[in-house]
Amino acid sequence: MNRISAAADELGRSIMAGVEEMGKILLLFLSVVAWMFRPPLKARNILKQMEFVGVKSIFVVVLTGSFTGMVMALQSYHGFHMFSAESLVGSTVALGMTRELGPVLTALMVTARAGSAMAAELGTMRVTEQIDALYVMAANPVKHLIVPRVIAGVLMLPLLTVVSDFVGIIGGYFVGVHLLHINEGVFLKNITRMVDLNDLYNGLIKAACFGLILSVIGCYKGFNASGGAEGVGKATTEAVVFSSITILISDYFLTAIMF
Amino acid sequence: MSGMIRLVDIHKSFGKQKVLDGLNLDIEDGKTTVIIGRSGGGKSVLLKHVIGLLKPDSGQVLIDDVDMTKLNERDLNEIRKRFGMLFQEAALFDSMTVGENVAFPLREHTKMTEKEIRQIVSDRLRSVGLTGVEEKMPSELSGGMKKRVGLARAIALRPEIVLFDEPTTGLDPVMTEAINQLIMDTQKNFNLTCIVISHDIESIFRIGHRIAMLYEGKIIEYGTPEVIRTSTDPVLVQFLSGSINGPIMIL
Repeated sequence: MNRISAAADELGRSIMAGVEEMGKILLLFLSVVAWMFRPPLKARNILKQMEFVGVKSIFVVVLTGSFTGMVMALQSYHGFHMFSAESLVGSTVALGMTRELGPVLTALMVTARAGSAMAAELGTMRVTEQIDALYVMAANPVKHLIVPRVIAGVLMLPLLTVVSDFVGIIGGYFVGVHLLHINEGVFLKNITRMVDLNDLYNGLIKAACFGLILSVIGCYKGFNASGGAEGVGKATTEAVVFSSITILISDYFLTAIMF
Repeated sequence: MSGMIRLVDIHKSFGKQKVLDGLNLDIEDGKTTVIIGRSGGGKSVLLKHVIGLLKPDSGQVLIDDVDMTKLNERDLNEIRKRFGMLFQEAALFDSMTVGENVAFPLREHTKMTEKEIRQIVSDRLRSVGLTGVEEKMPSELSGGMKKRVGLARAIALRPEIVLFDEPTTGLDPVMTEAINQLIMDTQKNFNLTCIVISHDIESIFRIGHRIAMLYEGKIIEYGTPEVIRTSTDPVLVQFLSGSINGPIMIL
């Protein structure tokens, strides 16, 4: 009986800790919104973060996007071939990329890259007292450090997703038309027939939400790191894992609302 | 004796550990007060209370009779502009150059032109004995240089009060003397109120106008170097002589 109550105790405690943490993350988000509109705007910090999150992720995103599109074409071909419906491969790849894989896979790659960097940087600043130094100099760390990163996440993810969608469709085209010899005309025609701009736009809205999630969670984890190098490592790992799980879960709910 | 800064009956615990237990301290205006005590005894915690990085569980932190513990962030920030702080590892922003670090408070709180800022940065760096280092990154500096840059940044806005968290810990004897000299010169030239945390017994008698000993969460002795040196309090005697025999237990 004791073991059961101990297990229940443990479960209860971790659920409460989880809820408490979600609350703290939400509070951080609200304070980011509040500080975003208070002048002066730290343009230089914002642009620097946008370059880090956006420009420097392009290579990774192009690689991920193109290979995803290519493998989608390959896999869907086998299924459609059975019904002589290979002409639908193009639209399948395009719909898959714009609605799902573009936003989600881009967000996961950027989380691994930029989300972890945000947690590690802020975590290191926390344990070396640089964040205390900001407070002492009457500068608000949320404004200086977190707002630029969140703005970069929200603005750059949709742009990266567009790149991912584009190279994904091209990859699918290359595999479909040149390797699998699907008729080019019907391949392209079906894309324009079945994919409409809403698919693209909704994917970009998802991407912006994912950008918000990965930057707020990454910054939260780093900002609250403690305990030296081990603490920073823990914060970084948790940032990537939490962000990824939250992105995947919210993907379901966003899709249900939008499509 | 009323000072500009007064800590009144401060209690602070972290979890079950009581760190400050009814602490009372008056910091005299325009003088250097050195706080000594055991490692992990709460000296940094005390310093962080003075600047509002920590709030006490109970008690007051009075700056010119204004209770810091009751202020909102905006008013707290106004008071913080009167302070400068040198952290133990200097806490320089490692994504910025030395020049940008020292210029940070100037860019944040003044409307000076770039030219004026550059002039002041080079002045402050010169007053801590550094020239031509503006373009270096903190990772390229030695420990002593980092502390000097940290001090230059702390005094950038010409604050009235400067806090030093173990300024000479980890430095060689020559560098230690250089930093002590720097603290004394800066304090005298700008008539600063300095609060220094230190373990270094020789240094504290050199630089301190007043010395306070923190033990078990309270200030057990406070006075001029003479008073401290001639005190018969067994804890103080053991601490100053660095003996392992006495009331202070080695944990």
